[in-house]
Parts: sequence; structure tokens; C-alpha cells
Amino acid sequence: MSEVIKVGMADWKTCRGDDAVTTLGLGSCVGIAIRDPGTGIGGLAHIMLPDSTEIKNNSNRPKFADTGIEDMVKEIVRMGANRSRLVAKIAGGAQMFAFGSKSDMIRVGDRNVTASKKKLAQLKIPILAQDTGKNYGRTVIFYPKSGDFVIRSVGMPEKVI
Amino acid sequence: MKDLSMEQLTNQYFDVLKELGNIGAGNATTALAQMIDCKVDMSVPQVRLLEFQELGDIVGGDDQIMVGIYLQVGGDVDGSMMFILPKFAAAHLVNKLMCGMLGIDEETADEYVFGEMELSAIKEVGNIITGAYLNALSGLTNLKIYPSIPQVGIDMAAALLSVPAVEFGVLGDKILLIETQFSDDVDLDGYFIMIPEMESYQRILTSLGVI
Repeated sequence: MSEVIKVGMADWKTCRGDDAVTTLGLGSCVGIAIRDPGTGIGGLAHIMLPDSTEIKNNSNRPKFADTGIEDMVKEIVRMGANRSRLVAKIAGGAQMFAFGSKSDMIRVGDRNVTASKKKLAQLKIPILAQDTGKNYGRTVIFYPKSGDFVIRSVGMPEKVI
Repeated sequence: MKDLSMEQLTNQYFDVLKELGNIGAGNATTALAQMIDCKVDMSVPQVRLLEFQELGDIVGGDDQIMVGIYLQVGGDVDGSMMFILPKFAAAHLVNKLMCGMLGIDEETADEYVFGEMELSAIKEVGNIITGAYLNALSGLTNLKIYPSIPQVGIDMAAALLSVPAVEFGVLGDKILLIETQFSDDVDLDGYFIMIPEMESYQRILTSLGVI
């Protein structure tokens, strides 16, 4: 039986075979889906903040784009994926409320997207597709076997990237 | 004091917050009752310190559609505040406020698209509820607190809650939630999230004589 594994806020999970990984209601957070098309091994990270080096309380590694992506890639490779074949898709990073830019916190969605792209570039993992920004939440389901990244939002048709 | 983490702060702060929640929610209930012109009861607020992962489940599921009213505060206390409630609860309040013109129930509320006028009514309800809460805080601490104009968001619980969660995320790995249940003829759950900046936390505690 295939299973859909839930990824919470500031967490990441991996899977293989017919299993899928999902995270509900991405707001300003970003969901980073990475897989190896050869083995069908992959994972989904749900990061909240862009950079672990900007913050003192940074022991929770899955919370940040830089450390979260790094750790998940390590685990995917450890499970038997081919490091050089890895590809990524990203979604999220919305700005849920339209305030003026009084603080950086409000634009955190944008910053999360930028930081995720930067980390993926650094790890030389190409981004095949993305659905980021705007002002609405996204529920995502990732199937590492096929590479389908399903995105659902309130009042909008489902999309697959 | 500089290296105090969120967890340490909140432990000694819990009872104070609970009392604030009580007074604030009491004020809010009175205001609400006057506005919709009927009797509104309120439960004793629950104050919870939650892991980010637990947040969605507490408010009824990550993909439960909620209405979030979010505003920033300035003055002596810097930070932001969110009041969040299920969409059908918001619809119920608006329906009351507009003398039953909406005609929506719990079943149809999730699909219902609020119009301009209704959104404005929600904003006003949010204004009253958050204003009542902030008034209590300001009155108790003698600190000046100026709220901004509220913004309304209607989306999945987790998406809305990610906004305050990210702000708490800078301070630590937990989020502080005050849960209040209002009821008139139906029960309505509402949740407050108040996120003062670290310095403001200390200022609030000092004003109350806690530290």
C-alpha cells in the first residue's frame, strides 16, 4: 500500500517507491521537493526562515533553507539516490498579508524563495519548476517516483508542476 | 537578561498572559455583544505554548479554512498580533452583524465568497476584538500601544499561521497561543496570537513587576 507522509512546519521527510510526501498550507514557508528520477527516491522540506547564520537560536536545522535542504539531500543520497542526478521543484513563499515593508519579516516569503534557490544552486541541483510568491496558501503533494508536484489552493483549480 | 530564550520567558509569563487574555477577551466579548446585539458567553482562555507542527491541529487541522486578522503594533510595545477564527465562525458573526442577510450555515460557509461589505464587517469585528485585547494590555502595563489598520486573510489555517510562526521562529521553536471560545447560539472558537519583539517582552514584564 502506498502511503502519503506528512511533513510539518520546520521539518523534512523522505520516501521512495509509490509513497508520497505532503505538507498542508504553505504560507510564507517554502516547500522544496527533491528527487532522483533514476531511483525514485526523494523528499520534501518545509522551511520557515531563509538563513540559519542570521539568527542566534539556530539549533533547529530543518527550520532554515540552508541547513534544511543540506540535511535532506544528505539523507536522500544516503538512501541510495545518485547525487549528480538530483532535481528540484519548489512552491510557496507567499506574502499572506499586504503590509508595507515595515520589517523584513513581512517579506519573508520572498527571502525564503531566494535563499532556497541559492542553496540549490550551491548544491548544483537544477530547479525544474516552481510556483512561488503571490498571496495565497498552498497545499503540496510530491510523488518522487513520477516527479509530479501537485499544488492545491483555496478557490483555485489543482495544478501539477 | 539578554540571552533569555522564548521558553524561559514564557514560563514566568504564562499566568500574566492568561490574565491578560481573560481581561482582553472579556472586553472583546462585551464589545461583540453590543455590536451584534445579543448575549455572548466566553470561556476561560487557554494559554498554550506549542511546537510549530502542533499548531494546525489545535485550530482544527492545517487545511481548515480560517479567517485571520493580522495587525502590527507600535508605540512602547513593538510587534504584531493575529486573531484567527474558522471561516464559518466569521461568516456567522458577519451574518449576525448584517441582520441575517447572508443566509449561510456551517456546510456552505467554506465555499462562500465574502463581498466587499462583508470583508469590511470582518475587519471591524477583528478591530474590536484585537483592540479590546490591546486595551487590556495597555491598561495593565501603562504602556502606549498603537495598533495598525488590520489586514484580513482567508486561507488554510497553516498558511495564515505561518505568518506569526515565522515571527516566533526567530525567537525560538515554539509559539504562544491564547484560545478563547465565544458562544451565542453556536460555539465559535477564536485564537489570539500576540508576538511582541524580545525587547517589548521585557518591557511588558517589567511594567507588570514580574521581573
